[in-house]
Amino acid sequence: MSRLRGLVRWEVLLAIVLLGLILAGTSVSPVFLTSRNFSNLISAVIELAIMAPAMTLIIISGEIDLSVESMVGLSCSVLGLLWASGVPLAIGIPIVLVIGLLGGLLNGLLIARGGLPSLVVTLGTLALFRGLALIALGPRGISQFPPAFTQFGFGTIPGTPFPWTFIVFVVVAGVIGIVLHLTWPGRQVFAVGKNAGTSRYSGVRVARLKIGLFMLSGLVAALAGVVLTARFASARADAGQGMTLTVVTIVLLGGVNIFGGRGTIPGVVLAVFTLAVLGNVLRLANVSAEIQSIAIGLLLIISVVIPNVARQAKSAIDRAIASRRPPAGSIDLSETAGP
Amino acid sequence: MSSVQTVSPGDSPGPVARALAIVARQRELSLVAIMIALGIVVTIAAPQFLSQSNLTQVTVLAAIIAIAAVGEALVIITRNVDLSVEAMMGLVAFAVADVLRMHTMAAPEAMAFGVGLGLLLGLINGIVVAGLRVPAIVATLGTLSIYRGLTFLVAGGKQVTLTDLPDGYTDPAQATVLGIPVFVVIALAIVALATVLMRQTRFGRQVYAVGSNPEAARILGIRAGVVVFTVFTLCGLLAGIAGVLWGIEFGTINAGAATGVTLQVVAAVVVGGVAIFGGSGTVAGAALGALFLAFISNALILLNLSQFWLQAIYGLVILIAISLDAFVVERVRRAGARR
Repeated sequence: MSRLRGLVRWEVLLAIVLLGLILAGTSVSPVFLTSRNFSNLISAVIELAIMAPAMTLIIISGEIDLSVESMVGLSCSVLGLLWASGVPLAIGIPIVLVIGLLGGLLNGLLIARGGLPSLVVTLGTLALFRGLALIALGPRGISQFPPAFTQFGFGTIPGTPFPWTFIVFVVVAGVIGIVLHLTWPGRQVFAVGKNAGTSRYSGVRVARLKIGLFMLSGLVAALAGVVLTARFASARADAGQGMTLTVVTIVLLGGVNIFGGRGTIPGVVLAVFTLAVLGNVLRLANVSAEIQSIAIGLLLIISVVIPNVARQAKSAIDRAIASRRPPAGSIDLSETAGP
Repeated sequence: MSSVQTVSPGDSPGPVARALAIVARQRELSLVAIMIALGIVVTIAAPQFLSQSNLTQVTVLAAIIAIAAVGEALVIITRNVDLSVEAMMGLVAFAVADVLRMHTMAAPEAMAFGVGLGLLLGLINGIVVAGLRVPAIVATLGTLSIYRGLTFLVAGGKQVTLTDLPDGYTDPAQATVLGIPVFVVIALAIVALATVLMRQTRFGRQVYAVGSNPEAARILGIRAGVVVFTVFTLCGLLAGIAGVLWGIEFGTINAGAATGVTLQVVAAVVVGGVAIFGGSGTVAGAALGALFLAFISNALILLNLSQFWLQAIYGLVILIAISLDAFVVERVRRAGARR
């Protein structure tokens, strides 16, 4: 119960930060509240937003997937190669999605069946998938995609400020959120993250669940690659570089515990918007991209440090209450410390 | 060499630990064997492989990675990981080049400044991981972004070219002692020092103890926090040395220097037989791993294969190495259980 309250507080805190950023944005630039800026702001993080819910599941289950950015690149690369060699997108897109599933299967098998740590396995596939992307497309860039596809990439739904690609995010986040918080498999994800051994003895098929999660992660990363290709109207093998860091930052900023077992999709969705608005405000304020990268790194560390410190403070207070230490002790200390 | 290693007294009590130690030793020998075989094949296909200039180039690059890999090995032996190595090297390389360009320091002082800067960056990692209790992966993913952001901030789009540096500053990269490149001598000295540190000192045993069983280490009175803090600091120090050498080797330095090197360094450590689960492996193995990767890269160039294959091969090498490790550990465990 108290843990639930703690999570609610984290999301409230995040919502307050988001509101503060929005206020800051309106004061920085009159452009901020325009619908055009809103759609730019969403578009700028759409691939990260699509990948974040699946990464949330992986981290809640106690693992990590560093390879997602390279799967984005592999997806772009293969899609571009197929299109350039005359394969229609209606066939090319399903093919790259299957590649995403297969890449995730490879990660999942090595981790869940091979018992290898996800950190190193996905560091290996981070290199492998990027290497395959480079082998497939080389240094070329493929463009001249059909207008309907690129319109999907940077157009907005008529009459709204929402880009078409936003639908992909809503569907992915919605489905994953419902499955995680309202269904039995979702509870299993939490259970595995809290204690894999106990879950196994309680009848959870831990290996199968984890393989499924990594396949999902590969699938949405490939999907993000398709979206990225549409948004830039170009496919390159180096697409998506550096995205893993930001996706992990979003997930941890959303209140997901890096050790597994805790986190919510609403929290992560809030974190997506927080990061999107932060990036947008910094850009409008003409803050350089370097500062943004420093800010993201700091955010990542702070989002882990704050809950840590809060937990330690809480347990210290609990201990103090339990031992009924008289409050006079602290007063004595401050008096003796004075000159 | 192997006869010296087999008599090492009383550092591995249990039969399983002894068996594991033998496997680890075989890893180093088998790496040497693979490299000799690879060397023969490459020499037949491309005789220039054995030329003085080619061997110098390969071993000099390997030496730089090996120095960083020694630091990473210390960190990984304690069951942590440092993903910020490349950003530390990049920041040090650029900062040193920048102070030389502005003539604020003479060459020796600038080099000392670079090594000190690396130490400071590693110290910060150590504080975040051991002091603030942030998991190493999150902490160093964060500092990776922060240190690289700082480098770009300091550089401001500029780069330092060879002509900005003092005359003869880059000469050590080509210099030799008794026919051995100076960088290789430095790397060998560092490997020797680190080997003595790990095998002959109390601190070395504590590093292994913390990595193989943190709980037991704590019960034995080892202050794991201090050990982890120290290995991150040492890793920063070695990344600082590697960064200074990187600057001397390449001369022209921009803010993106050493991008992607972390992957090579971790690959070298894993290939060199340092168990990713912590607690076992040697710094000499990590250095050999670096040489092995440099060999592969060089062979690709000499055999006119595309450098695009390199990423994929690094990824495969990591996956194969950790799979082999897990396989061997499993076999040893079964053998132990049967007995």
